[in-house]
Amino acid sequence: MSRPVYIVDGARTPFIKARGAPGPFTPVDLAVQCGRPLLLRQGFPADAFDLVILGCVNVIAEETNPARVAALRLGMGEAMVAFTVQINCGSGMQAIDTAFHYIAQGRAELILAGGAEALSHAPLVLSDDAARWLARMGQARSPVERLKVAADFRPANFKPVIGLERGLTDPIVDLNMGQTAELVAHQFGVTRHAADVYAAESQRRLARAQAEGHFEGELEPAFTRAGAVLDHDDGVRPDTTPDRLAKLPAAFERPWGKVTAGNSSQITDGASWVILASEAAVQEHGLTPRAVIVDSAWAALDPRIMGLAPTLAASALLKRRGLGLGDVELWEINEAFAAQVLACLAAWRDADYCRRVLDLDGAAGEIDPERLNVDGGAIGLGHPVGASGNRIVLHLVNALRRLGLKRGLATECIGGGQAGAMLLEAV
Amino acid sequence: MSGEIIEALERMELGPDAGAAGGPWRHWRLSRDEEGLAWLVADCADAVVNTLSGAVLEELDQALARIEQDAPKGVVLRSAKPAGFFAGADVSEFVGRRDAGEVEARLRRAHAVVDRLERLAAPTVAVIHGHALGGGLELALACRYRIAVGDAELGFPEIRLGLHPGLGGVARTLARVEPLQAMELMLKGKSARARKAKALGLVDAVTEERHVRAAVSAAVAGGLRASKADLKTRIQERVLSAAPARRLAADRMRAAADKQAPHEHYPAPYALIDLWEKHGDDLAALRRAEPASFARLLVTDTAQNLIGVFLLHEKLKRLTRTEGAARPVRRLHVVGAGTMGGDIAAWAAWRGLRTTLADPEPRAIAAAVKRAAELYPKLGRDMAKTRDALDRLIPDLKGLGAGQADLVIEAVPEKLDLKRRIYAEIEPRLRPHAVLATNTSSIPLEDLRAGLQRPDRLVGVHFFNPVSRMELVELVGDGGADGEALAVARGFLGVIGRLPAPVTSAPGFLVNRALTPYMLEALLLMQEGHAKETIDAAAERFGMPMGPVALADQVGLDVCIAVADSLRERLDRPLLEVPESARARVRAGALGRKSGRGLYVWKDGEPVKAKDFPAPPPEMVDRLILPMIDACLECLRKGVAPDEDVVDAAMVFGAGFAPFRGGPLRYARAAGPEQLRARLEALAEREGERFRPDPGWACLG
Repeated sequence: MSRPVYIVDGARTPFIKARGAPGPFTPVDLAVQCGRPLLLRQGFPADAFDLVILGCVNVIAEETNPARVAALRLGMGEAMVAFTVQINCGSGMQAIDTAFHYIAQGRAELILAGGAEALSHAPLVLSDDAARWLARMGQARSPVERLKVAADFRPANFKPVIGLERGLTDPIVDLNMGQTAELVAHQFGVTRHAADVYAAESQRRLARAQAEGHFEGELEPAFTRAGAVLDHDDGVRPDTTPDRLAKLPAAFERPWGKVTAGNSSQITDGASWVILASEAAVQEHGLTPRAVIVDSAWAALDPRIMGLAPTLAASALLKRRGLGLGDVELWEINEAFAAQVLACLAAWRDADYCRRVLDLDGAAGEIDPERLNVDGGAIGLGHPVGASGNRIVLHLVNALRRLGLKRGLATECIGGGQAGAMLLEAV
Repeated sequence: MSGEIIEALERMELGPDAGAAGGPWRHWRLSRDEEGLAWLVADCADAVVNTLSGAVLEELDQALARIEQDAPKGVVLRSAKPAGFFAGADVSEFVGRRDAGEVEARLRRAHAVVDRLERLAAPTVAVIHGHALGGGLELALACRYRIAVGDAELGFPEIRLGLHPGLGGVARTLARVEPLQAMELMLKGKSARARKAKALGLVDAVTEERHVRAAVSAAVAGGLRASKADLKTRIQERVLSAAPARRLAADRMRAAADKQAPHEHYPAPYALIDLWEKHGDDLAALRRAEPASFARLLVTDTAQNLIGVFLLHEKLKRLTRTEGAARPVRRLHVVGAGTMGGDIAAWAAWRGLRTTLADPEPRAIAAAVKRAAELYPKLGRDMAKTRDALDRLIPDLKGLGAGQADLVIEAVPEKLDLKRRIYAEIEPRLRPHAVLATNTSSIPLEDLRAGLQRPDRLVGVHFFNPVSRMELVELVGDGGADGEALAVARGFLGVIGRLPAPVTSAPGFLVNRALTPYMLEALLLMQEGHAKETIDAAAERFGMPMGPVALADQVGLDVCIAVADSLRERLDRPLLEVPESARARVRAGALGRKSGRGLYVWKDGEPVKAKDFPAPPPEMVDRLILPMIDACLECLRKGVAPDEDVVDAAMVFGAGFAPFRGGPLRYARAAGPEQLRARLEALAEREGERFRPDPGWACLG
């Protein structure tokens, strides 16, 4: 097919927990905050790129096509073509995948591919009744007409719908994301306790990664207009223990559900960028590749069990490459929910599932927990929907190099019943 | 590549003869289009902006005679200069005028030309882009219609020169704009942007360049609706047409003016208010009274000194034009995100430069970003401009920007070793043409150059606090600095709208050298038991906008002490010791305005002053002001500053020396150098050797 495609560098903002009020940055602000230092440390000018692709789900009205707005604000020049992609939670990975294909096919040499999400800015949505009332008021031409419309005012119609709630609910099967995790947990007998143990361990790994500087060079501090410097992922709770987590109520299906706020990913703002280059671009600009993208795969299944989709995408990818689970040295599986990650691991251990759903000869095998999400994941870091897919690829590259390993796979479940998977090799 | 299209879109509509040379005049062109409109285009010879000199008015008179003959369907008055319509009168023609009668006569001749424009039978339309200030605005007001293009700026800055509009502008503005707003416009000297100008009634339409042709045709056809005053305004005008109401309003205006511009030093606002109070109900009479009032003001010392200051401003601005001899700075790197470094970076980013700001401490950078985010909305109420400027202000924790910059400004604390270490780390990474500059206020440049591989690339750019308001920057070079490096720095200062005062590397350069004895004497006077309000009042009555005690707080007691100590160490003449009480305050964290308290308590950026305080004794002002002038002469004698103009300009724009006095040396000449020198000798005998006059007094002859 195609030419090799390298990842040469990348950077992300700290992931900041959404805390009720809109956060200090819009999606494009976030993209600019980590894009500036990333571009500053390259030896080539910002206009050397051929294309900018950005994943973003909650685009705000003032930033239509955030990829282009970000490219212009980053000083990449009026001639920089830029577009935004959206495949729900997979958007940040889709940006990399599209870039990968463009470069592999020779349509571009150097692409900036990222993901950005500011869930704290997710809009409040007016009900249709309220929107119709406002339209009538806007069209009223005289004081008398306006009075007539005013008489129809019903305060209850103006209660805003939380856009975020609607966004995290699947419209086809009318289940929210947490409920899909309950389904797959039930399917594979994942217990509440197991989920809590996993979540506590994830927080511990994140805290350790922060303490040991594992995000050096990956995480670039962000600077707010209010004079704050945000220099670490602030969703981390180092003091988390399974006992503490056990006390939390079920979040989505009370009172017996297994999925809680403590063993789910957090609602968060964040952005991430990755620089992809062809061989020619590497030569021309004297770049040092960190990894090569070997292959990618996308898969879809019933939205009710979207949490299992990573098994589909990853196994298809590995099969195509003639590889097994055990051939992957390092894994990133996005932690949408602890129970969902554990369900995937259980599914791969289940011979029946592997034969019937994944078209394998038997159970795919075990993934060594020491090789999975080694520096924590979305449970501590948060899951800014459009950015996560990008972050896990970026971090996989950095972790492979740090640990001296070669082959890694990043995969994530996607709301709506899909998954993306990407296979990388460190160079 | 889009540039060519954008350029074409922005080309000005100038009628059929756009840009054509030839024709009988040097400053004007007249042509007639197929619709029968006459296009009277101003394009003053050998100038970047149009000004109303005697020659320009003379030619305008001839052009008007032609128009009267040709009887066109309408007349469009516009400027061919990209920068704007007219910047005002030719101020150099005002210099040295001492005969009010002669001034009045010349002004009446100018009135005749402008009145002739107003009386043209054909409808006249002034099209204003960029600036229309002072006499330029008065010319536009003599037309029947005014159309503002884009973000045009209209105003009357005469008050800042100690004058008021004298070419019919007072009367013609009052004819169109509600009296209280008209008076405010002329008293404050601030410009109104296009939209505000329309709201006031100064212009009849606001449009973009691409619609100028259609707008002009509409005006000539009578299709422009002259702005109608609203009910409230019309009532107000009725009321104020009665003399008693005007007297009340005028008294209030006088009281307000006195707060900013004390009557005894600044006569212009009061002359303007008097004109209105007397003639507000008879604008024809007011117009006839303008020349005499203007002439009386022009011959005053205040006006002549303020005009002198204006010309100094222009002179320093010209220093920033490098005529392509220096490579333009596109990327700036600032090392040190403290008060000065952070604010220099913020200002440069506002002015369009991509600026990286480096500091080992992220919180310092964050604080600088915060100050920038608070400053930008005050400078321009445009959210997109603020956003873009903040995007250009790039935090650079690793100092990577140094390797990409055209200019690096070092603004770290005043420690020689620290600065040397930074230079050693940065210099190998600098691009070959990059210039290195230091914001040091007290370390000699020679010491900083030692250890550099290319010592010639280091210059000093000494900014003043606050960076966003103080236009002056001491540009420090001497034998060691490459002419090229200084040229780059000068060009950079022009881009960011700052005025370079060329000085050589000597202790305190010029401004701090002159201000230090002023502030130290104030501290001594405090120790002698005088109230700080009294001491400040003595200086304020002389005309200093801020007294020495408040100034010390504003600059920061820590900075003042550091400068004073460094001066004492390096100067070979007596200087007062910093009082222990001041050092104690600094140790306790009472640094001045930036800490909320220093010598004064500060609230909302203002010092809290006692209402009652003793009047300053007569000799106090001499003890404060004369040593400042003496220091200036010392600097002149030693060649720290190249000439008297630079000394006066630096002291007015960098130290806030009483502008209506024209600067310390101009004041000394006017007051009589022998007299002042003698007073210093007397003070030396009475108070101490520190007052002994410097041999530099001989420079004043």
